[in-house]
Amino acid sequence: METSSPPCIELERVSKSYGDLTVIHDLSLRIHDGEFLTFLGPSGCGKTTILRLLAGFERPTTGRLRIRGQDVTGEPPNRRAVNTVFQSYALFPHMTVFENAAFGLRMRRKSKEEIRVRVEEALRAVKMLSFAGRRPSQLSGGQQQRAAIARAIVNKPAALLLDEPLSALDAKLRKEVQLELKELRRKLGITFVFVTHDQEEAFSMSDRVAVINHGVIEQIDAPNVIYETPKNLFVARFVGEINVFDGVAVSQNGKVLDARVEGRPCRLNAGERRYAPGQKIKTLLRPEDIRLEKANGETPDGLFGVVADTVYKGMTIDLIIETDGGKKISATEFFNEDAPEAMFEKGERVRVDWVEDWEVVLPDDGA
Amino acid sequence: MKRSLKAAYLTAVYGFLYLPLLVLIAFSFNDSKFLVSWKGFSLRWYASLAGNSSLLDAALRSLALAASSATAATLIGALAAIALKRYRFAGRKALSASLYVVTVSPDIVMGISLLILFITLNLPLGFLTLFLSHVTFCLPFVTITILARLSGMDQSLIEAAADLGAGEYAIFRLVILPIAMPAVMAGWLLSFTLSLDDVIVSFFVTGPSFEILPLKIYSMVRLGVKPEVNALCAVMFAITLMVVGATQLLMKEKR
Ligand SMILES: Nc1ncnc2c1ncn2[C@@H]1O[C@H](COP(=O)(O)OP(=O)(O)OP(=O)(O)O)[C@@H](O)[C@H]1O
Ligand SMILES: [Mg+2]
Repeated sequence: METSSPPCIELERVSKSYGDLTVIHDLSLRIHDGEFLTFLGPSGCGKTTILRLLAGFERPTTGRLRIRGQDVTGEPPNRRAVNTVFQSYALFPHMTVFENAAFGLRMRRKSKEEIRVRVEEALRAVKMLSFAGRRPSQLSGGQQQRAAIARAIVNKPAALLLDEPLSALDAKLRKEVQLELKELRRKLGITFVFVTHDQEEAFSMSDRVAVINHGVIEQIDAPNVIYETPKNLFVARFVGEINVFDGVAVSQNGKVLDARVEGRPCRLNAGERRYAPGQKIKTLLRPEDIRLEKANGETPDGLFGVVADTVYKGMTIDLIIETDGGKKISATEFFNEDAPEAMFEKGERVRVDWVEDWEVVLPDDGA
Repeated sequence: MKRSLKAAYLTAVYGFLYLPLLVLIAFSFNDSKFLVSWKGFSLRWYASLAGNSSLLDAALRSLALAASSATAATLIGALAAIALKRYRFAGRKALSASLYVVTVSPDIVMGISLLILFITLNLPLGFLTLFLSHVTFCLPFVTITILARLSGMDQSLIEAAADLGAGEYAIFRLVILPIAMPAVMAGWLLSFTLSLDDVIVSFFVTGPSFEILPLKIYSMVRLGVKPEVNALCAVMFAITLMVVGATQLLMKEKR
């Protein structure tokens, strides 16, 4: 992917403080041309601040910022080749949808004819052409959102910055718009920089996801990499439900780590990391990677527990297992319609195992 | 039962607000020298008003003063409100606090202090001093009215405009001003009315060369109200209604 042309956006050791409070710490990042990058993180972690730095509404306290190779660190928003879709849409209430969309081109003194053609093209792209004459107050939330997107893309920016643009939409509409945004990005080839605190939304739309915590990028990778091999406990926990087992390393041979997990010996895949004998470790497992079997007297070895609760989810069933050690584990089982008798019931005694190699082993950093 | 109660309540409210005006208008058509008794319909007070050039001149002077000071106050007030909303500068807090102080300070204090100021500056009392005083007491009302409208405005509208390439002036002209416009008009109307019927401040800062309507009426009333004044008030009320109606229409067309 990496080419000789400069990245679309480049942050170089950017930090931002408000008084004593440092909100963004020493952030370095390259966003490629045409990429869909999402900043994902809990409330207050600095996602909006990063976008505002990119748009130029805030100046970084230290560091440089480049757009298409050009240093824009000190440039005001009106001199940057990026456009923002605001969370509140921020449509001009006294202008029609058409006038809203035409605003950016008017500022760049384009001819009337060019404005008409390009605005109509943008409105068509978001299926809003038939609403061109309406005021924002005469539109639904979803329509306002499309108008806001049209107003931004009409300028053909280097990158489109979107700050939780879907949070005001209901669940069904949100799914629709997610697909449409993806489609739109494909058609336009514009770089999308997206902000959300919704893990599912981030994963379903992005080429890469940057997980942010307290103004630091914890991990930046493709969605499946983040989900399957989180770099640390924060990322692992933030991007979905996960079971954490405590353990101690015993001996390591290449990637194969012999350890004691929850008190019983087992063989783990340590990946690239090295563990000293006696070092504390965490073994992480997604609920869908847990395997359960009914306990009978013949399998004395392993981790045992009791089904504490079952939650029917349609396609799947979530099971809460309480181990003999008192730990709560969640496991997801596919509903087996052919053999409902094979399903687990509340109070049943089970043996807990997992699909070999699907575990993630991390050093125990006390978190 | 409930509906008639509602109707009665509304009647009482409107009666309270408009009965005095209706009485005044009715008596302006009264064919009698005295206010209390009804002697039949007549336009004689309107005729005598038309012949009373000193009263009419005072009315015209008042209208001119009100229009000019309202316009000046609105211009300055709009800029002040936008500056207060948009920029952080030294003394911003003090300025916005002082606005409220001026709105609640008694007219008499204002009148006297302005008079002292003008005398110190050696300004001849007349149109100029009246104009300056009226601009002064209208200004905070305009500023506060527009500021209220601007505080209700989504801050990200300004950022959106900048994001789309607008500089400071374009933001002002294409975003802030149109959104503030209803408040600007309301501020002008408010100033116009405040200026038109001000007695106390004007009493201190006017000179013999420039007699305005409220003071003229005030001096006439001391010798007993002449029905001519009723006629004049009825005319002015009609003008006010027309101005308000016109602005309402204008605003409706705008949205
Ligand atoms: N103008 C400001 N002055 C002081 N602190 C600020 C300012 N703007 C943001 N902050 C602080 O910076 C931190 C990050 O804020 P930011 O808005 O970037 O969070 P966020 O990740 O977008 O959160 P959310 O998901 O709730 O929108 C917060 O702790 C916030 O209180
Ligand atoms: Mg935010």
